[in-house]
Amino acid sequence: MNLTPSASQTVGPFFHYALTTNAALGILAGEGAQGERLRLVFRVVDGEGAPTPADSMIELWQADAHGRYGHALDSQSCNADPNFCGFGRLETDSNGTCIFETVKPGSCGGLQAPHINVAVFARGLLKQLHTRVYFDGEALNANDPVLALVPEDRRTTLMAKPTPGQANTWSIEIRLQGEAETVFFDL
Amino acid sequence: MNEYPRMKPGSQPEFLSPGYKSTIVRAPLRPLIALPHTLSELTGPVYGHNPIGPTDNDLTLHFAEPPQGERIIVAGRILDEDGKGVPNAMVELWQANAAGRYQHKRDNHPAPLDPNFLGAGRMITDQDGNYRFVTIKPGAYPWRNHHNAWRPAHIHFSLFGTAFVSRLVTQMYFPNDPLLQLDPVLHSVRDKDAQERLVSQFDLSMTEPEWALGYRFDIVLRGRKATPFEEHGK
Ligand SMILES: [Fe+2]
Repeated sequence: MNLTPSASQTVGPFFHYALTTNAALGILAGEGAQGERLRLVFRVVDGEGAPTPADSMIELWQADAHGRYGHALDSQSCNADPNFCGFGRLETDSNGTCIFETVKPGSCGGLQAPHINVAVFARGLLKQLHTRVYFDGEALNANDPVLALVPEDRRTTLMAKPTPGQANTWSIEIRLQGEAETVFFDL
Repeated sequence: MNEYPRMKPGSQPEFLSPGYKSTIVRAPLRPLIALPHTLSELTGPVYGHNPIGPTDNDLTLHFAEPPQGERIIVAGRILDEDGKGVPNAMVELWQANAAGRYQHKRDNHPAPLDPNFLGAGRMITDQDGNYRFVTIKPGAYPWRNHHNAWRPAHIHFSLFGTAFVSRLVTQMYFPNDPLLQLDPVLHSVRDKDAQERLVSQFDLSMTEPEWALGYRFDIVLRGRKATPFEEHGK
C-alpha cells in the first residue's frame, strides 16, 4: 500500500486549553540532568515585525548533553540521561516569547554540531515550520553538514546568542517572514 | 537509517494561501531549504509528555452533567504510508462546543458557553493504531477572515507518530457540510483528494443505537515502517 500523508491544517488561535496546559513541558532538564544547563528564550515575530501575541506554540526535540536521543532509533538511547526529556512545548506569551530550561545538547551522530530541532505552530501557519537552533561561537558549527546547506549570510538566523547580562541564557528570534527571515527547512 | 518519502506536491497546504488572510504576514517567503533526514528528524518524542486520564477520550464525562449537543463517536486508525497502524501514537484533540464557541478567553463569538464542556481530549492509539473519542458535534462559527466568513464544523487534531518528521496538526470536518466549499483553510490544500481525506465519514457500524452517531476518520502520518521498537527489542 502507498498512502499519502494527511494534509496539515492550522493549529488556529484557540489551542491552548488542549495543548499547552502543562507548563512542565518548558523544563527539559530535570533535577540532576547532566550537562550545561541553560535557559533558551524564543521570540516569534511576524512579517510586520510584530510579535505573534500568544497565538503561536514552539516544540523542541533535542539530544541530551551527550548527543543521545531518547528514541529507539538512536543506538545510544538506552544510555540517554534519565533526568532529561528531549521534548518541550510552550505557547508564546503576549510578547511572542517563551523560555525553555534545558541543557546544551551534545553533538549527535559524530558529525552534527550541537543543535535543537524546532517546530513552530501558529494561527496563520497552515503547517508547522521546521527550523534548528545552533549555538553561536560553537567550534563544531564550522563542519556541520546542515549549516553547510544554508547560504552563509543566512546562517546567523539559526544562531542562538548569549543574552547580555543574564548568565546561562541564550536567545533567538524566529522571524516568520521578511528581512532576516529565519531559515526554515523542508523535511 | 532510511529517509522518509518526501511530500507529494499539492497534498499539503501552501504556507502562503492569501484566501486565509493571516498567512499573508506569517508565511515565510524565502524558499525552504531541503533537509536530508538525519537522526534528529527520524527520532521523535515517545508519548508520556502529558499523563493520560481514564476519561480523557470521553469529552462528555468531564463535568457533573453531560454537555449540550449531539453526542457523537469519532474513531479511526492512525496509519503510516504503508497502511500499517501506528501503535502508541499520541492523539490530542480540541473543538468548539455545540454552539460554535471555544472555552477560550479570547473567543468572543456571542454564542453560549457550556459549563459542562471544555472540548479537549487525548489518548494513545492501541497496538493496531486505533483511537476512539466520544464528544459532541461542534458548531460552525464566524471568524472575520472575510465578509460573512464561517468555519465549517471541525475538530482539531494533533498527532505524534514515530519521528519528529511525522508530527501532524490537522482538522477533521463533517460530511455534507455546505461550508466546506467556502472554507479557505480547507482549500489551502490544492489536491481535491487530499481535501476529501480531511472529511470524516458517517459510519452506521460505529453508530451506537439509542446513543450516538459514529464518524470514521483515518489519519495517515509520514513514515514507512510503523515502528522500529520491535526490531530493537530489549
Ligand atoms: Fe477551530
